Amino acid sequence: MSLSYLTPEFKVLRDYDKCINCKVCMRQCSFEVHSYDEDLDKMVSNDMNCVNCQRCVLLCPTQALTIIKHPQTFKEHANWTYDAIRDIYRQAETGGVLLSSMGNDRPYPVYWDKMVINASQVTNPSIDPLREPMELRVYLGRKPDRIEIDENLNVKTKMPPQLKLETPIMFSAMSYGSISYNAHAALARAAEELGILYNTGEGGLHKDFRKYGKNTIVQVASGRFGVDREYLNTAAAIEIKIGQGAKPGIGGHLPGEKVSEDISATRMIPSGSDAISPAPHHDIYSIEDLAQLIYSLKEATDYQKPVGVKIAAVNNVAAIASGIARAGADYIAIDGFRGGTGAAPKRIRDNVGIPIEFAIAAVDARLRSEGIRHTVSLVAAGSIRNSADIVKAIALGADAVYIATAALIALGCHMCQKCHTGKCNWGIATQDPNLVKRLNPEIGYKRLVNLVQAWSHEIKEMLGGMGINDIESLKGNRLMLRGIGMTQKELDILGILAAGE
Amino acid sequence: MKKVYVKEEVCVGCRLCEVYCITSHSKYKDVLKAYKLEPQRPTPRIVIEENRPVSFSLQCRHCDDAPCVKSCITGAMRKDPLTGVVTCDTDKCVGCWTCVLVCEFGAIIRDVNNKVASKCDLCAEAGEPACVKNCPNEALVYSEGGISV
Amino acid sequence: MLKEGYVRIPSGCAISGIIDRTGRLFSGQSITDSIATMHDRSNGLGGGFAAYGIYPDFKDYFAFHMFYDDLIAKQETENILKADYIVALEEKIPTRKTAHIKNAPLIYRYFAIPKPEKLKLSELDENEFTIKFVFNINSNIPGAYVFSSGKNMGVFKAVGYPEDVANFYKLESYKGYMWLAHGRFPTNTPGWWGGAHPFNLLNISVVHNGELSSYDTNRKYLEEFGYICTLQTDTEVAAYIFDLLLRKHGLPIELACKVVASPLWKQVERMSPKEKFLYTNLKVIYGRALLNGPFSMIIAYGDGFIAINDRIKLRPLTAAKKGDMIYVASEESAIRQICKNPESVWIPRGGEPVIAELIRDNEKEMYSTKEVTA
Repeated sequence: MSLSYLTPEFKVLRDYDKCINCKVCMRQCSFEVHSYDEDLDKMVSNDMNCVNCQRCVLLCPTQALTIIKHPQTFKEHANWTYDAIRDIYRQAETGGVLLSSMGNDRPYPVYWDKMVINASQVTNPSIDPLREPMELRVYLGRKPDRIEIDENLNVKTKMPPQLKLETPIMFSAMSYGSISYNAHAALARAAEELGILYNTGEGGLHKDFRKYGKNTIVQVASGRFGVDREYLNTAAAIEIKIGQGAKPGIGGHLPGEKVSEDISATRMIPSGSDAISPAPHHDIYSIEDLAQLIYSLKEATDYQKPVGVKIAAVNNVAAIASGIARAGADYIAIDGFRGGTGAAPKRIRDNVGIPIEFAIAAVDARLRSEGIRHTVSLVAAGSIRNSADIVKAIALGADAVYIATAALIALGCHMCQKCHTGKCNWGIATQDPNLVKRLNPEIGYKRLVNLVQAWSHEIKEMLGGMGINDIESLKGNRLMLRGIGMTQKELDILGILAAGE
Repeated sequence: MKKVYVKEEVCVGCRLCEVYCITSHSKYKDVLKAYKLEPQRPTPRIVIEENRPVSFSLQCRHCDDAPCVKSCITGAMRKDPLTGVVTCDTDKCVGCWTCVLVCEFGAIIRDVNNKVASKCDLCAEAGEPACVKNCPNEALVYSEGGISV
Repeated sequence: MLKEGYVRIPSGCAISGIIDRTGRLFSGQSITDSIATMHDRSNGLGGGFAAYGIYPDFKDYFAFHMFYDDLIAKQETENILKADYIVALEEKIPTRKTAHIKNAPLIYRYFAIPKPEKLKLSELDENEFTIKFVFNINSNIPGAYVFSSGKNMGVFKAVGYPEDVANFYKLESYKGYMWLAHGRFPTNTPGWWGGAHPFNLLNISVVHNGELSSYDTNRKYLEEFGYICTLQTDTEVAAYIFDLLLRKHGLPIELACKVVASPLWKQVERMSPKEKFLYTNLKVIYGRALLNGPFSMIIAYGDGFIAINDRIKLRPLTAAKKGDMIYVASEESAIRQICKNPESVWIPRGGEPVIAELIRDNEKEMYSTKEVTA
């Protein structure tokens, strides 16, 4: 084999004064960075393999390990950056498409961080959520224009099915296959405990998790994995996945080696076979085809389940969303370009799609101008990092948000972006039974519950500050936002004023 | 009585239980010092069984009718009538290994350096077994009456 | 400085309302005395009244009250008005010179009904037709503003203290069965008469003390139903929401109140299955119509009024009853000033409306039952 031009990306610093040769690091590293050298009677490291997932750092009983960015550099060049050069080395070696995982990591502006939130002073009392009622419950689904009641106050309106969320947060789609059984177990149980929903992703629903049906959204994607009558009827809602923020326009590919017996049964495909999700649904080449699928799924579930549609945020998102609303979707989930993934071509991940902040503002404005915003629910996804992002998303026009990367981080993800290798040391993005064990669902679900509860508390505090005691009154309330450091055009698209205006 | 139970399905095989078992029974009660300063660090009192992906730590079950206590030729091995904990008095132990032979679980380890039997004492001095306290994945549980699945 | 309508101005206020449920007419002096008692709750930058039953001779005609900045605005407005309406009477609204009322615009009133052929062509009912007319004038004719458009009722408002406004418009000479009054404490000096309260559309008039934190949510919700919010005031939004719920969607008043001040979920959970179903769906459908933030407001709709607080009662509201007279006001003093010995005085709970209507044959008791004795 000829010389590789790649140098290590990270460096393992081992403090030998502290290292006790206990080999915990060695046993924990699925990338085989650490080993014990008998001749030297020392632990040694192969920096080349290190992905900086920090599993060893955290498990080392004496804190002997530190991982740093490798100091090795190229001659400084503002154009030919470290990544630009290395990507070429990698592709010259392999001849392949560069794969990566999680969300877009390029330094695009984060518009959440250019928006600030209002609070009441004098003319309007702020509300203390610890003393006053503060409501976060939302219902997702199609809403009729008006209620009709008879003289005895019986509701005559036929209500479309609604999803009740005790807080406007859901766990976004992550398939069994892209993440582990234990990760799904933690998400499902947390969703039940929190009174919210998690999403199976496109990989089917494991039979063990059918019991969480009322807290489950099942996906129907282009591969149609695991879709049968029971799958659809077990769930609280069905989501047609058209696209994903991390890789708009791209399908999916779960390699055969990851299709274990269990995954094979769940996806309803032969074990060991590649699971291919085509880029488009081959029965949806146009909006009217989508309407057909929506109504097929509604028929199949006797019009008892909301059917949502998830799309990636792309240039024409507002018009597409309008079409989806008119095609009969009960909710529309929009996934921004910073959304995560278990595997995506790096160039797609980093260059395709638009920020969720613009997408949600544009879609909300478009649906309002058409007078149909109140009939359909909007879910914002694609890098919601904290409770303030949620408040901003809802003020821009979302009814609720999806979180996935944040949920995985709560479960231990360290954003090493190596999901596609299947070697996740934290037991999340892996099917290796040795690694899956590392995510204890008992611990995981509590961490997820803690995270969502903590965020809910913070949302209540922010609402109280604004003088609002119900999340409903934040929806589309863009007067509660001001922009900092944006162009007038950006402010106009977001539909907000500049700070000081 | 309270015993240590293992949730095999979430044991990650890191062997930190062993590290902390040794530390807990060392002179300094400190990981670094136990490993760096003690010329002869204590023998671990637990056995780690490993056949990937299965792994778990095994420690004395403190049997009601403990064969090791019955078979001990010097009376070193005794079961505390109050707490139920089975301990080995190393002053009395002569290293005949009869206990090792009769233990149905293989939970008694030979401390070859000191030629005495080494076994889990539930970290009697510390209150809570060190292995349980330091298990990073809550795979070890110290409880009355086992674990519910 | 931007005029109201181009900028949002929070304000504090005094409100007062009186109705004689028998329909007996009484002069505007009582309401003037009542609101004047709360002089300190306003700052001279806005006062106004709504009077119901004052135009019995023209009770089938829409009574349009207009502010014009100049004669061009008047001419343009009248061109549109007379193209679509039969005008039975047009006149200057009588005023008297009052020391503190300055910079008065041209103030006119018209009694008009839509021309039958225009109405037929529009395929709208006369109310919808008239709303469209009002929106058209208010958003498209610079310097013209329709500030009252109901039948047998009228709004009178100006920049000034309410008692001066009453004097200016000679309200003591009008007789009505129901009166609302408002004194304003805005946080800037807009100096625009249209910005004063009450806010009116058709027969709905609203006086309001509060600041809606939910303003933008409510506004956008209304815009989907064709409302155009030209004023950027909370009162305008509140009035349109009641118009949507009561007139367009035909909700009973009690339920409309449960939309704008919805019961808490934990209260809904405790309801009977039928009520729970109703209130859950009411919230699901009308969540964005919830008026959130501190307010007390009186909404008059021709046959009566609703006085209501936000659901956690962050602004003052007191009610009283004597015989067939029902009084509501920001402060009890404003009631006792004009009704020395009320039979009962109470403080309505947050979100629990006081509904006072003209007595009809199928009389029912409609006061709030959940009350706190004052």
